[in-house]
Amino acid sequence: MTLSISLTVNGTVQAVALEDPRVTLLDLLRERLHLTGTKKGCDRGQCGACTVLLDGRRTNACLVLAAAQDGASVTTIEGLAEGGQLHPVQQAFIDHDALQCGFCTPGQIMSAIGLLAEGQAGDDPERVREGMSGNLCRCGAYAGITEAVLDAQARLAAREDAA
Amino acid sequence: MNRFEFLRPTTIAEAVAAGARPGAAYHAAGTNLLDLMKGGVMRPGTLVDVGRLPGLDRIEHAADGGVRIGALVRNADLAHDPGFAARFPAVAEALLSGASAQLRNAATVGGNLLQRTRCGYFYDLASACNKRTPGAGCDARGGENRLHAVLGWSEACIATHPSDFCVPLAALDAVVEIIGRDGAREVPLADFHRLPGEAPERETVLAPGDLVVAVRLPAEAAGFAAHARYLKVRERTSYAFAVVSAAAALRLEDGRIAAARIALGGVALKPWRARAAEAALVGRAPAEAACREAAALALADAAPSGDNAFKIELARRIVARALLLAAAGTPGRLPALPASPFAALPGAQAHV
Ligand SMILES: Cc1cc2nc3c(=O)[nH]c(=O)nc-3n(C[C@H](O)[C@H](O)[C@H](O)COP(=O)(O)OP(=O)(O)OC[C@H]3O[C@@H](n4cnc5c(N)ncnc54)[C@H](O)[C@@H]3O)c2cc1C
Ligand code: SF4
Repeated sequence: MTLSISLTVNGTVQAVALEDPRVTLLDLLRERLHLTGTKKGCDRGQCGACTVLLDGRRTNACLVLAAAQDGASVTTIEGLAEGGQLHPVQQAFIDHDALQCGFCTPGQIMSAIGLLAEGQAGDDPERVREGMSGNLCRCGAYAGITEAVLDAQARLAAREDAA
Repeated sequence: MNRFEFLRPTTIAEAVAAGARPGAAYHAAGTNLLDLMKGGVMRPGTLVDVGRLPGLDRIEHAADGGVRIGALVRNADLAHDPGFAARFPAVAEALLSGASAQLRNAATVGGNLLQRTRCGYFYDLASACNKRTPGAGCDARGGENRLHAVLGWSEACIATHPSDFCVPLAALDAVVEIIGRDGAREVPLADFHRLPGEAPERETVLAPGDLVVAVRLPAEAAGFAAHARYLKVRERTSYAFAVVSAAAALRLEDGRIAAARIALGGVALKPWRARAAEAALVGRAPAEAACREAAALALADAAPSGDNAFKIELARRIVARALLLAAAGTPGRLPALPASPFAALPGAQAHV
C-alpha cells in the first residue's frame, strides 16, 4: 500500500508517495530529492553525519522513518545560504579551518545550528564540546569546530543586536 | 530491513488493538527500533506508529510536587523542562548523560524504558543468543564480556539494560502507567524490567498490545532535590553507554541522613535498586565511612559473569562517590559534562 506524505524541505512543500515504508528520511533526501549534502556515515545513529533540522531540532535522519513524518519541516545543509550568502555557521567553519576531508561537515554545521538554537552551551567551550559530541570527525578537526561554533554564536548575537 | 506494514492509529484504543497483533511492534521515535531492524535483530511484520497519538506528549506537574510524564515526551524536552529539572535533578542529569543531543531530541520516554540491551552478541546474527533466539545458547558466556552483568544474571543471559534515565527513576519510586487490552494498570518502575532467569527473551512485564502511556514520579521524590546526583563511568568522555552508573539521593536533617535512595545502572538487566544500602544510611552523617559501607552493601550479592570482576569494585566506588557528591548538594546548574566521574569531590585536593 502506498503511503502519501507531505514534507516541507528547505521551505518548499513536497508531496512524496512511499511505495515501501522502509525509507528513512536520510534515504529520501539523498535518493529521491537528490539533496546529497546530508551524508550517510554509519547509518546507525552513531556518527552524526546525517544530522538535519527536523521541525527545527537537530536529529539523525538515518534513524527517522519518512513515513512517520507527514507534515514535518526539514532543513538540510542546502537550505542554509541566503541569496548566495553563507550562513554564519558555514562561514565560521571556513574561517576556523574546522574541517579536513569535509565528509562530516554538513552534519557538524547542522548540529551546531541546532546547538545554538537550544541555547544551553553559552560561551563555555566544554559545554560546546559536550553538546557537539554526537558528531564524530575522523580527521580530528575538533579544535577548529569548537572555535567555529563559539565564533558563529558571537556573530549571530552581533547580527541580532544590529537588527 | 524486513518489509513491514506501517500503521498510523489515531487513538490509544486503535493502537492497542493493532499492537496486540502477532508480529507487531510499536514505533515511537525509532532510534532503537530502526537500528535493530537494520541489523535484522528485530523483524516486526507490522509497525504501529504511536508517535502521533494525542495527549501523550505532556509534562504535568501536580500541585503536591509530583509529576506525570507522557510516554511521548522527548528525552531532551524533559531534561530541559525547568520545573522538572529543579525537582528531579538526578533524572535530568541522567537523561543528559545519555546518547547525543540529536538522539535525545528524538528519543521518547516510553522508548527509553523499552530500549533493548547493547550486548554485542544480541546484535550479531551469527552469534548464539538466548534473548534473540530462545534456547540457542549465549555466546557472551566465554566471549567478550567485560561490560556484562554482575548482579541478577543467569546462566541463560548475562546482558545489562542500557538506560540511564531508568536508574534515577528506579531510585525515586517512579511508576509506569500502562494501557492494554484489559484496560489501564500501573507497575512500579523497579518491577517493570525482568531479570533474565530462564527466559531472557521476556524483558518486561508488558503483555502483547500493552502500551506505556506515562511515567509518574511521586511528590516524595521531589523531597530529594537538594541532594541528588547521577554518575556514569564511560569508556570515553561523552556519547557512550555506561560501564557502571549510580543515582544517589539524600534527604538530610540536622546534618544526618533522614532518607536515602540509591540505584545502579550497567550492572544488571534492569536498573538495580539498592534498598539495604539505603536503610544502612539512615541516621548516619553523610561522610566517607558511611558512604563506603553503603556502597559495599549495594554490591554484596554481586558476582562476575565473565571478565568483569573489575565492575564490582568500580560500582562500589561510583556508589560511594555519587553519595558524597549528593551530600555536598545538587549543583545550581548541571555540570558541563553531566554525570562525569571526573569532577573533583568537594574539599578534595587537586593533583598537580
Ligand atoms: C548511538 C546511540 C547511543 C545511545 N546512547 C545511549 C545512552 O548513553 N544512554 C541511554 O540511556 N540510551 C542511549 N541510547 C538509546 C536511546 O536512549 C534509545 O534509542 C531511545 O530512548 C529509544 O526511544 P525511541 O522513542 O526512539 O524508541 P523506539 O526506537 O521507537 O522504540 C524502542 C522500543 O520501545 C518500544 N516502545 C516505544 N514506545 C513504547 C510505548 N509507549 N509503549 C510500549 N512500547 C514502546 C518499541 O516497540 C521498541 O521495541 C543510544 C542510542 C543510540 C542510537
Ligand atoms: S548475554 Fe543475553 S543478550 Fe547477550 S548473547 Fe547472551 S543471551 Fe544474548
